[in-house]
Amino acid sequence: MGIESPPSPAVQMRGITKRFPGVLANDHVDLEVYPGEVMALLGENGAGKSTLMNVLSGLYRPDEGEILIHGWPVHLHSPRDAIAHGIGMVHQHFMLVETLTVAENVILGLDTVGWVPRMEEVHRQIEALSEQYGLRVDPTAYIWQLSVGEQQRVEILKLLYRGADILILDEPTAVLTPQESADLSRTLRRMADEGKAVIFITHKLDEVMAFADRVTVLRAGKVVATLRTAETNKVELARLMVGREVLFRLEKRTCQPGEVALEVKDLQALNDKGLPALRGVSFQICAGEILGIAGVAGNGQRELAEVITGLRRATGGSVRVYGRDITNRSPREIIEAGISHIPGDRVGVGLVPNLPISDNLAMKAYRHPPLARGPLLDRSAMRDFARRLVEAFRIATPSPQTPARLLSGGNQQRVVLAREITASKGILVAVYPTRGLDVGATEAVRKALLEERDKGAAILLISEDLDELMQLSDRIAVLYEGQVMGVVVPEETTPEAIGLMMAGQRAEE
Amino acid sequence: MEDLITSILTITIRAGTSLLYATLGEIYTERSGVLNLGVEGTMMVGAATAFAVAYHSDNIWLGLLAALLVGGLMALIHAFLTISLRADQVVSGLAITLFGTGLASFMGQRLGPGGTTMVGLQGPAFQRIPLPVLGDLPVVGPSVFTQDVLTYFLYLLVPVLWFYLYKTRFGLHLRAVGENPQAADVMGVNVTTTRYAYTIFGGVLMGMAGAHLSLGYLKGWADNITGGRGWIAIALVIFAMWDPIRAVIGAVLFGGINALQFRMQAAGTTIPASFLNMTPYFFTILVLVMITWWEVVRKRVGAPAALGIPYVREEKR
Ligand SMILES: Nc1ncnc2c1ncn2[C@@H]1O[C@H](COP(=O)(O)OP(=O)(O)O)[C@@H](O)[C@H]1O
Ligand SMILES: [Mg+2]
Repeated sequence: MGIESPPSPAVQMRGITKRFPGVLANDHVDLEVYPGEVMALLGENGAGKSTLMNVLSGLYRPDEGEILIHGWPVHLHSPRDAIAHGIGMVHQHFMLVETLTVAENVILGLDTVGWVPRMEEVHRQIEALSEQYGLRVDPTAYIWQLSVGEQQRVEILKLLYRGADILILDEPTAVLTPQESADLSRTLRRMADEGKAVIFITHKLDEVMAFADRVTVLRAGKVVATLRTAETNKVELARLMVGREVLFRLEKRTCQPGEVALEVKDLQALNDKGLPALRGVSFQICAGEILGIAGVAGNGQRELAEVITGLRRATGGSVRVYGRDITNRSPREIIEAGISHIPGDRVGVGLVPNLPISDNLAMKAYRHPPLARGPLLDRSAMRDFARRLVEAFRIATPSPQTPARLLSGGNQQRVVLAREITASKGILVAVYPTRGLDVGATEAVRKALLEERDKGAAILLISEDLDELMQLSDRIAVLYEGQVMGVVVPEETTPEAIGLMMAGQRAEE
Repeated sequence: MEDLITSILTITIRAGTSLLYATLGEIYTERSGVLNLGVEGTMMVGAATAFAVAYHSDNIWLGLLAALLVGGLMALIHAFLTISLRADQVVSGLAITLFGTGLASFMGQRLGPGGTTMVGLQGPAFQRIPLPVLGDLPVVGPSVFTQDVLTYFLYLLVPVLWFYLYKTRFGLHLRAVGENPQAADVMGVNVTTTRYAYTIFGGVLMGMAGAHLSLGYLKGWADNITGGRGWIAIALVIFAMWDPIRAVIGAVLFGGINALQFRMQAAGTTIPASFLNMTPYFFTILVLVMITWWEVVRKRVGAPAALGIPYVREEKR
């Protein structure tokens, strides 16, 4: 005591290398995290952030390298080992058992709770932790009843309950409103102040600057820099992350709305649980206009897209295309009426992963000549068609015969875009079109959408990325619990104002 | 009238016992995320083994023990194929049933005295014994409380299995592994061990179900002794919504229809016997349709979400 010595790192990762078939996800990565600090792990999609942290949390075994916890070398063979060393991770896709209660999820896997856990006591302990860290949640609720924000709090409580002092959060803000993000940053700070080491993964520069003390930047599996946030700035970080200068604005021409292409009136629908998901949604989109839909995931966006494209029944209200009522028509009729769909679930709904790209591309055009010859398919016409689209949309693939599942996410999305834009007759419903794509692919998708708009398409753009909505949309409607909280023009509003609406506050008229 | 109720109740419970053992076994198996369609075959081999061993050793308990071991062993094969080798669970289960049916029929032909058939042999059997005090009650005394040991054991087993599943730490792990194995894994629950353990435990109960057929219910060996009960058990699991207590209702319902059908045949109705024999199965289908339609749609209960899906830690999902 008394002698100033730097604190020893809580975590030291040295030369960590992790390979997957055909991918070098981590390439000799070094990382240090100290007790009492919030450290950001920054990188583009696919940079290897999650992989690195999965190694630290015992889920993945590294091919090379060593890990020291509080100075001691450790071998983490399973998440159990990592937990024993005080390491806990909130995964990008939550690891919660939906059919269990909050408290049951919290004590899952613990052997200190006795054979027959006393749930009242567990409830009390969880409430105490909730109080201490500002993580409000009802311990007796079932996970499926909770909002995404609440589920995330459960994930954090799980770690705190185990007394973890090294906490990892993988893209924790992706699913939160701006207000919830601010709460989270306070929670992270409180944990760090207690001497815990906090690592959070992100690809958003604002968050790095707002939340973190230090930042390590990963690019293509390698560490490119470790910096103090006080000594850097967003532009530098962006350059480090992407490896080149990045334009923050896309070219956007002023819009010229024509006549109303898509009109939704008082639309109502149920979700998969049979509960109301849409409660009277109304809006209009003109030809040559992009209407963005903002909102925290799970507030009716998915259902809205499904009703419009005929994949879910409307229980009330109407959908009109150029004045023609298409409510509850079959998807086929709706396609013929001119609506194209870029689904949120690219691999599950947008593509048939095991079929070749050429078949995936032909999935809408196959009914009519030139691809159809009577009841038969014209294979050579399909090949030409595929070759043309692969070239026009710059789909990077060994050949048009490659199965779609082997493509990277960005190229899979290009396949969907190519098919849908080609088949489109004026209306495009795009759901989370850039989700999970890296910066390059994202730029390409956004450009394609703007081009379609300029050619006169009416586009409904559902996105969880506020920046994207602000950049692309001509107007933004905010959905909250199945209702439109307000429609705003991006140039005349702020992310904070939209954030408030996403949390359920109506826009002042 | 009292006699009629007593006798119907008695047959209901006797017919329902082996069915309930099998259903409970399948419930625990499926709760861990493993679908075992080998119930029918496992029961059949269990029944044959139980009788053969009991007959030759003249020790009924030895027969029972052998059936439990064989049931566990057959489930172990299924576990190895599906959990370790990640074979398709449906295919593996069907294979076990086909294999088990064949094996049991072979055993039936050869395991009698001097390599002859077991059909028609008299062996040791579990006798029905009235319980003290309870056995003297009207109606339920001679029916519910005059049963064999295996049925009495079941009276204890059902609440125990229910309590274990919903109130203990291990039951929590089991439910989590069947719902979301990855979530369980990251919280330090060993998914593979859990799945192995409950698949084998389920097989043991299926062996028990078989033993009750040949040592308690029918008191002997007959070809096709299970008569599709293994398949009905699989249906009852759905009816029961994977809940041990609700499985009782299902087993009683099925046993009850069986009993009624027996009574009607004994009373000599003009309805052809084949039709009466069909009723339990037809009714099962009907109940299944109704229940599935009502509950799965309306409530958040249904099959364990990971049922039938193998788990590999580092695989990309
Ligand atoms: N379980 C896995 N199996 C195969 N490849 C994987 C797996 N996990 C990640 N990858 C690959 O490793 C690379 C890094 O992925 P990831 O760590 O998830 O990136 P990030 O979290 O930075 O977006 C990607 O190319 C990804 O496709
Ligand atoms: Mg990631």
